[in-house]
Amino acid sequence: MNQTRLHDWHLAAGAKMAPFAGYDMPISYPIGSVEEHLVTRRSVGLFDIDHMGQVEVTGPGADAFVSRLVSARVLDMKDGDARYSLLLSEGGTVIDDLFVYKIPGAWWIVVNASNREEDLAWMNSLARAHEREFGQVHIVDRSEETYMIAVQGPRAIELLDLVSDTKVSELVRFTSGNAKVLGVPCLVGRTGYTGEDGVELFFPAEDAVRLWTGLLSEGEKRGIETKAIGLGARDSLRFEAGMPLHGHELSKEISPLEAGFKWACDLEKDFVGKEAVLRLAESGATRKLVGLSVSGGVPREGYEVQDEGGRKVGTVVAGMFCPSVKLYAANAFVEPAVAKSGTALRVIIRGKPAPAVVVKRPLYVPTYRR
Amino acid sequence: MSVDKNSRYRSSHEWARKDGARYLVGISDHAQEALGDIVFVELPEVGKRLNQGEAFGVIESVKAASDVYMPMSGTIVAVNDAVSGDPALVNREPYAGGWLVAIEASAPAEWDGLLDAAAYEAEAGKE
Repeated sequence: MNQTRLHDWHLAAGAKMAPFAGYDMPISYPIGSVEEHLVTRRSVGLFDIDHMGQVEVTGPGADAFVSRLVSARVLDMKDGDARYSLLLSEGGTVIDDLFVYKIPGAWWIVVNASNREEDLAWMNSLARAHEREFGQVHIVDRSEETYMIAVQGPRAIELLDLVSDTKVSELVRFTSGNAKVLGVPCLVGRTGYTGEDGVELFFPAEDAVRLWTGLLSEGEKRGIETKAIGLGARDSLRFEAGMPLHGHELSKEISPLEAGFKWACDLEKDFVGKEAVLRLAESGATRKLVGLSVSGGVPREGYEVQDEGGRKVGTVVAGMFCPSVKLYAANAFVEPAVAKSGTALRVIIRGKPAPAVVVKRPLYVPTYRR
Repeated sequence: MSVDKNSRYRSSHEWARKDGARYLVGISDHAQEALGDIVFVELPEVGKRLNQGEAFGVIESVKAASDVYMPMSGTIVAVNDAVSGDPALVNREPYAGGWLVAIEASAPAEWDGLLDAAAYEAEAGKE
């Protein structure tokens, strides 16, 4: 089991730990997942996300390679731009979802911890297969030496401005820049996975404890409530804000068209999986990702979704209590005929049908979309 | 972990406590702590008869759903509606406002077989 450099800090803070993607990670701290969620929505949450992977791509063939590799348009990106994208298989299903940062002289790709090995193998094989076409491409896994902390919440930028050598507030959403935060040289991405404003910081791993404890104590000193947040609240925050978690709303069995991610596919360029996406667009998806509001229990992954007549129409891929909108909600893949907002359905919870209704996603509108 | 001295316990972390002619039933502080934030509580119908060790309801935390079991055989004579509306009450006050059901015991002698506070504390402390 891997440990992050903050493992001892998490234990000392009384965190409940559990394995996630090969790492022993904090699930919640003594204040509890619900309160952690609410702190992030009202002030600042700090997330140890060192388990995430970072891949650096350079070389003369890098632009052509990245453009073929990922589904989103990237060749229009300028230095400092950051963009959400998908990594598709030839069959048009989702190997991973990732954030692509264009930084001077390189592409910086942030991948999910659980998919890192597979992503790297896939990237290397694609680069080798097309070396003549793209030109030379260097793919380097920077995950070991790079630490990653997310600082998220309505007061996150205020806190960062106070402790950085440059104004983080001047970075626009979905861009990145360099700054020293508490003296630590960081790549600062104005990105995140909570639906709140904030940043994701990339910096040398040896500075992890210093930056983490420094941000917590600076927050306290300056009267900006700042708390460590575990993976439990990270999941409810992203879920409410309509963001996918690979292995649930996206997977190697799911097409971006089914999950509502056509917007992340640039059909005007060539990318791996495009032919399959076009074929499915032609024939029509047979299931669609919807949000469900459920009463009478907590819907969870794997639960069956039925229509009012008791016929199975789909399956829940994620579900939980949502602390900000105060709903028991699920994401489910259902037949397109019952995917319309307002459709009455049922989720089978412990053998009993619980009333559910299709609701618009996201349940909580991210700040940058307001 | 706190224990209520006036209650007796099952190893599965439910407590029972005499309350006039009936018994109140809930889950221990140790159990609520282990479960984490409780977000949903499903309680039985009043009038339902259940044996000791049978599941009478479900507690759902952020991470999982767990059955809760009858510490003593009996009939459900009341359920605590307050925890249905505010499940976190079980986290905050597991022995007081966060009680789950009241039962009329059909075999009051079962009380003697439950763990007293000291024995339960010793057992739960080993987990």
